[in-house]
Amino acid sequence: MSEFEPTIVAFFCNWCTYTAADLAGTSRLSYPHNIRIIRVMCTGMVDPQYVIKAFLEGADGVLVSGCRPGDCHYINGNYKARRRIKLLKEILPQFGFDQQRLRLTWIGASDGIHLAEIMRTFAGQIKALGPSQTKLKMVI
Amino acid sequence: MTITAKIDLKEQNPLAALQQFFAGILKLEDIAAILVPQRLPTKNTVMPTLVTDPSFLGDADPLAPAFLMNAARISSRLTRKPMGGKIAAVLRPCEIRAFIELVKLKQARREDIILISVDCLGAFQNKVYSKFAGQNGTESTIRFYKNVMGGNTNEMEGAEFATACKACEYPVSANADIQIGLYGMKTGESILVKAQTETGDHILKQLNLPDTNEPPARQAAINALISQRTGYRDEMFAKTRESSDSLDKMTDYFSNCVNCYNCRVACPVCYCRECVFVTDVFNHDPYQYLQWATRKGIIKMPTDTLFYHITRLAHMSTACVGCGQCSNACPNEIPLTELFRTIADKTQKIFEYEAGRSLDEKPPLSEFREDEFKEIVGIE
Ligand code: SF4
Ligand code: SF4
Ligand code: SF4
Ligand code: FES
Repeated sequence: MSEFEPTIVAFFCNWCTYTAADLAGTSRLSYPHNIRIIRVMCTGMVDPQYVIKAFLEGADGVLVSGCRPGDCHYINGNYKARRRIKLLKEILPQFGFDQQRLRLTWIGASDGIHLAEIMRTFAGQIKALGPSQTKLKMVI
Repeated sequence: MTITAKIDLKEQNPLAALQQFFAGILKLEDIAAILVPQRLPTKNTVMPTLVTDPSFLGDADPLAPAFLMNAARISSRLTRKPMGGKIAAVLRPCEIRAFIELVKLKQARREDIILISVDCLGAFQNKVYSKFAGQNGTESTIRFYKNVMGGNTNEMEGAEFATACKACEYPVSANADIQIGLYGMKTGESILVKAQTETGDHILKQLNLPDTNEPPARQAAINALISQRTGYRDEMFAKTRESSDSLDKMTDYFSNCVNCYNCRVACPVCYCRECVFVTDVFNHDPYQYLQWATRKGIIKMPTDTLFYHITRLAHMSTACVGCGQCSNACPNEIPLTELFRTIADKTQKIFEYEAGRSLDEKPPLSEFREDEFKEIVGIE
């Protein structure tokens, strides 16, 4: 059997973390290839349904990352996102998803190095957790 | 001082006394209409009616164990803009709590409505009710009243009350302007009428009812009922958690779901004017289904069943008042109330929120604090 490679879905805010990811790419910093990045205009627009859909479609981990406090272009989208992540961390474990599979970070546009590190750490943690239950069966 | 009064019953009939009381309110200068559950003339069932003529209150029956819909939605229809007068609305405690949630969501207004609540005796599931009421609905309501007052608060004549009611720890409304008390009063003898706000006081003053003191037996009876209900509720939580704690079990739980979305239509607090699940976003192209099926080898049709339910939980469980209408509306008897209450209990607790408790608390997902939940940000 080949080694388990997790699938991770990442929702990155256009103004900060996505820019940081770009920077990491152009600086040739390595980060795991199994992270699928989805660019959003602000973490405040990540409706819980996006995260739920990602998990039900087989994501092993979901990372939401936005601007640091005070830097959100829409003033407080990052704080609203934090409440939604908190909410999902309460709901998803009830259905058997380890709450560690869902993470929120705040990473500035110039933090390419930090982002690459975060992504490596997260991918490692998810790998250690093993495949999520959605890999195992038909989801209705 | 807030008014506490008493109405004596004639021939042990609480309905006649209530009908008279409602007529008295409707006759007041500043009340244009009353919203009250009434037995329909053609069919043996009870539905909300909007009445302006006091002579049309003869079938009012807020005690019947029939609960076909949560009238918070109706109250929101009637109050979302000024209607040109004040209305009095006779609602169950869970309807008032749902109404308060809708006011906070700006889908209803509290200004022109006087909330009246009767101690809730509980209700049956819709199907059970029709059998129970048989051909003489009014008579069955009085039997039901005596049964519950006699301490049988879970079943009657072999029929179980709705799960939502057996698990409901709010049988008495804290937010009604006027609360009509049954618990702790002598069955068949008298009922209590109590103002809980200035508005309620203002109304009762004009009715000149005989003053009384709330009997101490009342709070004791309510407390006993609440602790019984809380016990049932906690067992329900534990059982439900057990039967839904993996996707496998959730597949079992919802295997009969046909994605009809009745549950969200019946829910008073599923607040979107247009639910995303009935928009074009989910009107997928045929080729899309083929692609999904090809990727996985098999997909269940209709798709997105768990996606819908878990999303609904994320959207509205902080506002769930446990009224049970989702279960009532489901054609396939899926125990929705059990699951929604179980999750709602957790999601409301993390935000120290209680649906329907107070107009002053903002819905948790509409606000935030800068210094909260710091532990969930970052990856070590
Ligand atoms: S399920 Fe969500 S989108 Fe649909 S009506 Fe309820 S809250 Fe709105
Ligand atoms: S989810 Fe069910 S129990 Fe909760 S408010 Fe909606 S209809 Fe009532
Ligand atoms: S009412 Fe029942 S069958 Fe219809 S969508 Fe809800 S759970 Fe599914
Ligand atoms: S703009 Fe980046 S989180 Fe709001």
